[in-house]
Amino acid sequence: MNKPDARGYFGGMFGGKFVPEVLVGALQELEVAMEAAFADPAFWAEYHAILRDFVGRPSPLLEANRFSDEADAATVIFKREDLNHTGAHKINNTVGQGLLARRMGKKRIIAETGAGQHGVATATIGAKLGIPVDVYMGALDVERQSLNVYVMKLLGAKVHGVTGGTQTLKDATNEAFRQWAARVADTFYIIGSVVGAHPYPYMVREFQKVIGIESRAQMLERYGRLPTDVVACVGGGSNAMGIFAGFVDDPDVKLWGVEAAGHGLHAVDTAATLNAGTIGVLHGSRSYVMQTPAGQVLNTHSISAGLDYPGVGPEHAFLKDSGRATYVAATDDDALAAFHRCAEREGIVCALETAHALAFARDLARKRGKGGLVLVNLSGRGDKDTRQVEEHEANARAAALVETVRA
Amino acid sequence: MTTAPAMTGKARIAEAFARAHAAGRGVLVPYLCAGDPDRETSAAMLAAMGPAGADIVELGIPYGDPLADGPTIAAAAQRALDGGTTIDDALAIAEEAVKNGAPPTLMFTYYNPVLQFGLERFADALVASGICGAIVPDVPLEEVDDLRAAFAPRGLALPLLVAPTTPTERAQTIAAASEGFTYLVSRLGVTSASTGPDFAWIADRVASLRTKSAAPLAIGFGISSAAHVAAACAIADGAIVGSALIDAYAGMVGAEAVDRARAFIGELHTGTVRTR
Ligand SMILES: Cc1ncc(COP(=O)(O)O)c(C=O)c1O
Repeated sequence: MNKPDARGYFGGMFGGKFVPEVLVGALQELEVAMEAAFADPAFWAEYHAILRDFVGRPSPLLEANRFSDEADAATVIFKREDLNHTGAHKINNTVGQGLLARRMGKKRIIAETGAGQHGVATATIGAKLGIPVDVYMGALDVERQSLNVYVMKLLGAKVHGVTGGTQTLKDATNEAFRQWAARVADTFYIIGSVVGAHPYPYMVREFQKVIGIESRAQMLERYGRLPTDVVACVGGGSNAMGIFAGFVDDPDVKLWGVEAAGHGLHAVDTAATLNAGTIGVLHGSRSYVMQTPAGQVLNTHSISAGLDYPGVGPEHAFLKDSGRATYVAATDDDALAAFHRCAEREGIVCALETAHALAFARDLARKRGKGGLVLVNLSGRGDKDTRQVEEHEANARAAALVETVRA
Repeated sequence: MTTAPAMTGKARIAEAFARAHAAGRGVLVPYLCAGDPDRETSAAMLAAMGPAGADIVELGIPYGDPLADGPTIAAAAQRALDGGTTIDDALAIAEEAVKNGAPPTLMFTYYNPVLQFGLERFADALVASGICGAIVPDVPLEEVDDLRAAFAPRGLALPLLVAPTTPTERAQTIAAASEGFTYLVSRLGVTSASTGPDFAWIADRVASLRTKSAAPLAIGFGISSAAHVAAACAIADGAIVGSALIDAYAGMVGAEAVDRARAFIGELHTGTVRTR
């Protein structure tokens, strides 16, 4: 598995610590505490006990034989992160960082959130460990994801709407960094993906790699061999890094990250950062960024709030440039079709983020053909998305009706 | 036409500190955001800063994701971006002001716009425009090598920041690596005039830095009154004021905004006199 160098760079190229001086000490303190915790078997024992008893791990593998039902297609297998407590992989990370916060004696936890999944997962571990949580969320997202806002409040967290900039995840992340700078001594910032300044991208991957380690063992046990392909959606990239981590040292296993193309890769507002972005610095690390040639960060678009982010984790940038992983993209429409297909043919309403991975996995299974084993990270369930999909499709039907009447 | 070899940016910053020091004062360093509230006002305001009492000026290149800035400067940057202000515009505004006799001018910018512009190209542009250097708040010591490699051979100033969370030994390393002066961040958090400076920790830090070097130290973040400026100039070599200046001309444009900014800097300037 790749470890960043002492300066926090993957492959000497992606990562680093581009933060104001006021935060450098906190990152160093975090790195020291993280290394000590990682070397302490008692820390991991408690982490795994909480994952077992509270989160419900290990999550099962499911053969999705009706999702991919063409006779000559590869077998598609789901890793069921949707069955985790709070409904997604995000909790694996917040359990780890929450335990680290407690170990460091921090009195308060802050987090950014887009769709609210990471906010809910953070509020959850805050409640479990008895540490107060403040969540920063773009004002637009507060409106769009009112259900998750209420769940966070139920869990005892304070949710702060962020009105600056585009009022979405990127601005919520800016604000979380600012709030951290204002109360750095007693505050722990739980970042929600493999992004941010070193050591976050590495640390979050270490807390998500449980997905890949379990999957690898489960594949060998059930099929007696490794998958031919591993597929995951990529927003910031944590569920993908988590499952990739189990297979990155198996050179014959192909790794596929699926980004959100929004209206299409050539649309002005796609969220497919590795496919359509360029190298830059955002939120503390050097990676690919959706930006103008002048270096202003772009407003992205995806139907899935969890993928609607102009940055991507630096380790993915490294895996892309080194050729170890391949990054493709699925559009809003591809994802919606896969969302329905998964519901109707597997009995699983998956998250819209996950649906991007499924859309690509179906095509890949056909291409790979019989004998292939395509493992997909089913990163989350879609309860949070049902209302949005319903509205989106009602609007689309209304628009289509207007078209027919006009014609 | 022949001209004497131009002074380097670093030397011009040093000279501004020396001149103020000789006059028994600290330096006053206003921050303005290029293109805020609009291009014309911004240029006129920059031109007014010297006569109003500024010794050095910082001109911000507007950026949409200003991690180290509070609501006032973030909103100023957004106004400038909404008005279409680019990095080239910011450089042109500064160049024009410098040509017309503005005090030594530094750009204030986040790293990403400069990375996309090209580090060498940016450094060349600063020299060509008569700008003395740049402050880049999201590039700490660990990441500064590339910028230094572009700035040092051209004699450009590159002030680095020391925060209240910076341990003493690291602060000394940062001061040694700074070119022009060292920027002491007065308190935790981001730029904003709503929380005042915390001078308590700074005196100690200044004393420990002074044992290693006589290079200038300026204090910024939260400075909003002549009394703050006086405290900063008593402890260190100068004061930097941003949010309070932008707040002062809030909602105004044109001559009204320029007059207000001029008056505010004139008032702060009274704090620069050392009474010891
Ligand atoms: C279910 C699910 N999958 C994927 C993501 C994207 O994040 P990441 O790329 O870090 O896994 C999210 C983010 O909210 C999510 O909720």
